[in-house]
Amino acid sequence: MKLILNGNETEFSDDLTVADLLKNLEIEPLRVAVEVNLNIIKKCDFERHVLKHGDVMEIVNFVGGG
Amino acid sequence: MDDKLVIRGIEFKSRLWVGTGKYKDFKETARAIEASGADVVTVAVRRTNIFDGKSENLLDYIDPKKYKILPNTAGCYTVEDALRYSRLAREAGVSDLIKLEVIGDEKTLFPDNIGLLEATEILAKEGFIVLPYTTDDPVMAQRLVDAGAAAVMPLAAPIGSGLGIRNPYNIKIILEQAKVPIIVDAGVGTASDVAIAMELGCDAVLLNTAIAGAEDPVAMAEAMKHAVMAGRLAYKAGRIPRKLYATASSQIEGML
Repeated sequence: MKLILNGNETEFSDDLTVADLLKNLEIEPLRVAVEVNLNIIKKCDFERHVLKHGDVMEIVNFVGGG
Repeated sequence: MDDKLVIRGIEFKSRLWVGTGKYKDFKETARAIEASGADVVTVAVRRTNIFDGKSENLLDYIDPKKYKILPNTAGCYTVEDALRYSRLAREAGVSDLIKLEVIGDEKTLFPDNIGLLEATEILAKEGFIVLPYTTDDPVMAQRLVDAGAAAVMPLAAPIGSGLGIRNPYNIKIILEQAKVPIIVDAGVGTASDVAIAMELGCDAVLLNTAIAGAEDPVAMAEAMKHAVMAGRLAYKAGRIPRKLYATASSQIEGML
């Protein structure tokens, strides 16, 4: 399936959960926030939220700022 | 003497709050923040590096157990964006604190106070502890408090300008009316600017560029730490009134 991930069209295998995807990308789940189609996915739902073809997903974290 | 800053029950050890932007690298960020004595650090919310999940992260250097992380909505020009970033920040972090920015103009980075007011009201209702970045306008400060702001953060001068407090009299009026802590945010250039803010009676100062952009950020961070403490002490001590003419310090009695 195709996801638009942080603005990039990216190909992934089907039936991935948010948790699976973060694991694939080696991203620490505790330090990010995840949005799918403009809806925030709570950390407690990472394991059960299954991504679908065409989902627009944003993964954000904290960076330097004033 | 117990002189802690408290906002909505959260106790802050330091009255100097610092940003984490514009540093050469994370090591310099960590050293400067350590030297500043600040226990609040601001951060921005941006896309994670999805191509290298193991790449270095700010939080590898700034321990969230040691520092209170205050996310901002920098770069947001609309209420919708500011709300989106705030909600993401809360989800990425551990607290309801948000430094709310709704920017109105690219060149000055002055806030869009109309949007700011709207966003403050919505986020306060959602349980956020909203700290809005605003202009040094006493009426606006009052409106933000009415809308649910936990503190108000008037600018000293444009972000990153280093001009210092442009309108101390407005800040003084904001302080006189204030029912919440007032934190000067943005525009200070050096230690004396910080001391002036604190001498006026501000509850804290938040700055970034003044330290990160200094030739020696670690030394400037230490200078800022002392400036905040000196300014606060001077405020609490109560300065002498300004007078036009001299009053002798040495007694006349006993003179030959």
